[in-house]
Amino acid sequence: MKSNIFKIIGALVLLAIGVVLGKFVFKAPKESTTPMPSGLGYRTTGTTGDTLEIHSVSYDGQIIEVRQGGSIQEAVESAHSGDLIRVFPGTYSENVFIDKNNIALQGVVIDGQWPTLDGKKEINDAILYSGDGILVENFKIINYKGNGIMGQAGNNFVIRNNWIIDTGVYGIFPQYGKNGLIEHNVCSKIADAAIYVGMCDNVDVLHNEVFDNVAGIEIENSRHCLVENNYAHNNTGGLLAFVTPGLPIKTAFDIILRNNFVVNNNHENFGAPGSTVAGIPAGTGILIMAADDVIVENNIITGNDNTGITIVDLATGDPKANDPNSEGNPDRVIILDNMMYNNGENPTGEIKAIMLTQMDSKGPDIFAYGGGTGSTIRDKNRYRTFGIDDWGQAPITDTRDVRTYRLPEPVPIKEVTPEELGELTYYGVCAGCHAWGTRLIGPRTNIIQAIHKGNPQGIVDYITNPKNLREDFPEMPPQDYLSEEAKMAVAEYILAMKE
Amino acid sequence: MMRKQSWLLKSSLLGLFFLTAYLMPPPDKTPPSDSVIPELRTQCPPGFRKNEHNECVAINLYQQYDSPNNQGVGGLQTAPPPIRDGFSPQQIDLGRYLFFDPVLSVDGKLSCASCHQPEKGFSDGLATSIGHQGKKLKRSAPSLWNVAYLERLFWDGRATTQEEQIQTSLYSKEEMANTPENLLHTLNGIEAYQKMFRAAFPRKDYNDGIALDEIYTAIAAFQSSLVSLNSRYDRYAHGYHEALNQKEIEGLNVFRSFVARCAECHTPPLFTNQQFAVIGSPEPTGVPLDPGAQVPFHDKSLRGAFKVPTLRNIEKTAPYMHSGSFPSLHEAVEFYTKGRGHAVPEDETLYLHWHIWEPNLSGYEIDRLVDFLKTLTDEAFMPQVPKTLPSELISNALNSKDPGT
Repeated sequence: MKSNIFKIIGALVLLAIGVVLGKFVFKAPKESTTPMPSGLGYRTTGTTGDTLEIHSVSYDGQIIEVRQGGSIQEAVESAHSGDLIRVFPGTYSENVFIDKNNIALQGVVIDGQWPTLDGKKEINDAILYSGDGILVENFKIINYKGNGIMGQAGNNFVIRNNWIIDTGVYGIFPQYGKNGLIEHNVCSKIADAAIYVGMCDNVDVLHNEVFDNVAGIEIENSRHCLVENNYAHNNTGGLLAFVTPGLPIKTAFDIILRNNFVVNNNHENFGAPGSTVAGIPAGTGILIMAADDVIVENNIITGNDNTGITIVDLATGDPKANDPNSEGNPDRVIILDNMMYNNGENPTGEIKAIMLTQMDSKGPDIFAYGGGTGSTIRDKNRYRTFGIDDWGQAPITDTRDVRTYRLPEPVPIKEVTPEELGELTYYGVCAGCHAWGTRLIGPRTNIIQAIHKGNPQGIVDYITNPKNLREDFPEMPPQDYLSEEAKMAVAEYILAMKE
Repeated sequence: MMRKQSWLLKSSLLGLFFLTAYLMPPPDKTPPSDSVIPELRTQCPPGFRKNEHNECVAINLYQQYDSPNNQGVGGLQTAPPPIRDGFSPQQIDLGRYLFFDPVLSVDGKLSCASCHQPEKGFSDGLATSIGHQGKKLKRSAPSLWNVAYLERLFWDGRATTQEEQIQTSLYSKEEMANTPENLLHTLNGIEAYQKMFRAAFPRKDYNDGIALDEIYTAIAAFQSSLVSLNSRYDRYAHGYHEALNQKEIEGLNVFRSFVARCAECHTPPLFTNQQFAVIGSPEPTGVPLDPGAQVPFHDKSLRGAFKVPTLRNIEKTAPYMHSGSFPSLHEAVEFYTKGRGHAVPEDETLYLHWHIWEPNLSGYEIDRLVDFLKTLTDEAFMPQVPKTLPSELISNALNSKDPGT
């Protein structure tokens, strides 16, 4: 009996040793399973039209790994175009900014442990980028004051699989970008819009969950955007398509809101005083303000206590900020089939007052107010509506032909020839001190040309590290900030100049 | 009579030619000094390339890039909006003389440069400028750097062209107080200007003398040559990240973050999005609220609105805001974190811009913003102040140090 017990204990001990050994000694490290991130995929129809070629932009440069205790920003600073930065689980309290092109920032999630960017309510933004071809995926981002992920310019972006909680004003905010994909992000507790596409073109917003925010997903002053398969619940307003006046890019049109769940968006409005979203009544499912050519199709819009869909002009929706260059009417809105019920159970303020004039104590499924022409609806009779009596029959039945609003090819980075770059550099920089045939601060360009005839590298070397050769001229400051291409281009340009 | 005039003109021109040739310094020894009747330059100023039509075409490194929807706003590598260019080198150079010449004002005391002084960022260092007969004006003089990119002029945006702006300043009773008739009479009475206008506007039949639109064109041509896009910030933007130190980069990140939101209106590359904004900045003590763009646009919602100014060379243009309420950059930046509408008079209801909020910037962040703003300084293309003016009057600007050489 005793020996049996020893045997069992011995076996258990052996098993435990085996587990420990297996776990810590023999097991292959888990991170090797991390897949390469897939960049923006491009679907091009083959030449015959019946095949589809799918290719993806890849980040095939160096892989730079960042682990707990390390700095993501340091990795960004050492990265070059095409590099992949992998961030392993841990907490990183920093503001990462990417002023380079074609950089992928990939979180590696291991056993449910996320690489977490924690702003501790002290840091403004988690990730800022200005470059083209930026990819950010698999990060948990919490407690920032400004943004989770913000782009200022930067085309061909991918923002996916990020888990964003309480990052201040916006969760994900690309601005001035063209051709982007925002998918599979989960964003909550944002004081303005969880996902805010501002002054962009050709962006798909797919498969995201947004909840407990003031605004779920906002498409503002942007064109050609597809918002599909998102789950927007318990925001003050679920999905928004806006023209905001006073911005330099003034239009919003060609926006499809399709196959989304827009459910129970009844959160109290906690937007900052004065912000545009601070005026959104709680219980707003979809809000279309001044945007044109918006199509609302096959969404499930239920339980929004004020209205299911609101369509207003700027004079009604945002009367304070006047901008004579912003066209304030929502034109040619199309409402196709949508699943709507239980909206308007507890209408607020203006909607309540307006509905009472209709002898109705509930808010409508669809509410339209103010200017705008050419709007249509597929089946007017199935919804409780206000203000769409003059809407005609929708000219289309569905948007199935639109599979994406991303572009078939990446937006090219503008190319300049070496000759053009040489000209831009010569007139844009060098001409401050040098001119052909005239002495300015430095020697005449024709004299420089004569000195370095046939030797552009001589000019490159000199401008990188000038040695004062002539007493009658002041010493030239180094122009080492110019790129190698620009230095060589301007050297060649100077040598080729004729006047 | 005509023949005699023409003969006189020709002989005096010939004489002037010899005189000029005689007075021309030996080449390449000293910078060319202006002779009695200045020869207008035949080369474009820096930042411009002369094309085959004798037009100066603006060239800068930002032309490597695109611009979203061609609006000239975006990120670090975004092209600026279209610039007003295409003037001839002679027009630009004539404009330079006119700009610095107080003969343009009714009493010969104020030039454009009196309020737009080169060494003060083409502003004047005053809270509000001084006009005709010492009259204290209502607003500060806006910088003229990069003015050729702007769609609207004046703080309240009431002019859409530089020519319009120039006429307003020339003929305002409070500013230069001139009249078109008097201005023409004065300039036509100055032989040097007659010759220079003929050189700058060669196809004209000059029996009629100098024309008003030529004056405006020449001044606009000169102002349009004031381009500043080569600051240390620009070197960073073009990819040389060593151009800024750590503190300045921190400042850049505060500047573009959505907490401070500076870049939302002061958007690169010009550091203005050219929109109007009501920010609710204070007037100097005892001065009533300036209604700003409300007046020209007849729009109450624009009460207290002003055009978003560029921040380029902002270090040089203290004091700040439309009426110069803030003596330093630090105070100007701090304004934005002292509370939405904190300086709006109690009896005023202003529609404050939505980006005016309570960012709660720390003292450290304000300092970094100031650090960053100072990286926007670039005066590499500073024009030369003329050493002699055709009117033979002494310009105020001549008393100041010549920063062009």
